[in-house]
Amino acid sequence: MSGLPRLRSLAAVFALLGLWPFFSPNDYIALLGVGLLVNVGLIAGLNLIAGYCGQVSLCHAAFFGLGAYASGVLCARLGVPPVLGLPAALFLAGAAALAIGLPSLRLHGHYLAMATLGFNAILSVLFSELVSVTGGPNGLLGVPGFSRTFGAWIDTPFGQFFVAWIYAFVCMAIVLRLLRSRAGRAMRAVAFSELAAGAMGTDTARLKVTIFVLTAMMAGGGGWVYVHVNQFASPETFGFLRSVLLVAAVAIGGWGRFWGPVPGALVLTLTPELLGRLHDFEMIVFGGALVAVLLVYPGGISAGLAALGRRFVRSGT
Amino acid sequence: MPAFDATALIQVLIGGIGNGAVYGLVGLGFSLIYRSTGAVNFAQGEWVMLAGMAAAAGFTARWPLPVAAAAALVLVAAVGVLSYQIGVRRLRDPAPLLVTMVSIGIAIFTKGVVMVTLGKNPNGYPGVFGDALVRMGAVSVPAQTLIVIAACLAFVAALHLLFARSRIGLALRASAADADAAALVGIPVRRMVMFSFALAAAAGAVAGLVVTPLTLISYDQGTMLGFKGFSAAMLGGIASPLGAVAGGIVLGALEAVSSYQISSRFKDAVAFILFLLVLFARPHGLFGRRTGERV
Repeated sequence: MSGLPRLRSLAAVFALLGLWPFFSPNDYIALLGVGLLVNVGLIAGLNLIAGYCGQVSLCHAAFFGLGAYASGVLCARLGVPPVLGLPAALFLAGAAALAIGLPSLRLHGHYLAMATLGFNAILSVLFSELVSVTGGPNGLLGVPGFSRTFGAWIDTPFGQFFVAWIYAFVCMAIVLRLLRSRAGRAMRAVAFSELAAGAMGTDTARLKVTIFVLTAMMAGGGGWVYVHVNQFASPETFGFLRSVLLVAAVAIGGWGRFWGPVPGALVLTLTPELLGRLHDFEMIVFGGALVAVLLVYPGGISAGLAALGRRFVRSGT
Repeated sequence: MPAFDATALIQVLIGGIGNGAVYGLVGLGFSLIYRSTGAVNFAQGEWVMLAGMAAAAGFTARWPLPVAAAAALVLVAAVGVLSYQIGVRRLRDPAPLLVTMVSIGIAIFTKGVVMVTLGKNPNGYPGVFGDALVRMGAVSVPAQTLIVIAACLAFVAALHLLFARSRIGLALRASAADADAAALVGIPVRRMVMFSFALAAAAGAVAGLVVTPLTLISYDQGTMLGFKGFSAAMLGGIASPLGAVAGGIVLGALEAVSSYQISSRFKDAVAFILFLLVLFARPHGLFGRRTGERV
């Protein structure tokens, strides 16, 4: 299928990205890279279900939070090593997605968006009200870093960047593999017309549920990276607003475009940082950017860049 | 669990119906825009918040309350029209999903503008009758709760008259039923969509204006009000404006009784668990009908 890069090209782009910490003048820039890469993974997963399957999930921040709290609570309260927290994070996020996805994805139309909207609200309440487990609104304290298993170097910004870098690469590689497979073609067919895809023999409900669970696990893995890098988790990080911002970042980057998550994550991560003391204007800038991108390039920044690139090549030859 | 107390339960129930009337008005807005564009308008809750914040700002600036409220209503309706004109109308291909995304952008933008211009603190103003209580036998209810319910009913009645009796209402219904056919008989469909944005914004504004004396309002409350209104619309079947109001009242009453009987800590979770149960059991809403899909 045209438009999809080879795995080799993806690896090359990530090899370049891996130079980031070597060129970071300070820890702040290196840690900004961690935030960026975690967002790339989250947005890549969300783009898979929303962009390619046409099913908007409005609770990806909650899956992100489930992953973070699953591993964070196990490690902080029960002394489990962080490595064993990862399967717990993946499992909890995946199981939650199965529970919400099975009943809502049976139905045609935008029921997933509606169900996930309610689900994020429920989980936000649980994150802040189950004080004895999650630490409540004050947050979960005492989450260990990765160092118990991997040695002290991994809890430096350099090592943390490395973990986030692997995470983002794995997410992008999973998306690429899937899109190049039979399931990828079926997904595009479902997004185009679910009825027609079903008539051609695709088990659309099963396909959508599987992809949804997979993307939730990708978000759960991101939560695992997040909680052990920050060694802290608090409910407002995983609220509905973040879920909405993630969907917005998918659209800004490029709805159903393989490289979309990269510009999407750049805008999502850098907007608050660039605004600095003007951070109150973050929502105005972000909301305005979303509307502007959708009006000018409904395909997002990556489609816009691709169009510019084609024009450049044409005028060059 | 408190001992059973009929008087208290009735009071709780009336309070819940008051909240439900607010959810219903917000849900009505969702329903109006859904009918004309097929999209879920995420800015709906922010319009509710904007109305309350604007009226509170006017009241703080010592405007007479009716003037402040009327100005807020006009402002929010204008914001609704502007949202359509700047955002939705210019889309080359206004697919429902794209319109929904644009409305998310408008929602975030609106919230940001309110926060920067009107501040982060909760605001409010007294109700028309202040904190007066109305006594009916052993039951006493805040007068403002009754005003909320009355405002909801009045808006629904006015809307019903508009749809059933006026030419513009007929044109609105025609463009919602089939935009192409409506355009063929000379109905300016785009203007009708714009009008439905204005109506939806006005419904949200009325909700915001009557609820603010009860709860105060701040820039970040629009999202939750939008959620509840959306749940109300889903409960009633999103394509039906009257269903949305009924859904809101059911939601408000259930929420109040469950938080009274079980625990108020998990009040919002209870509302959404109910919402999910109804969504899965009756996807077209409690009062909705199943509709076919054209291939």
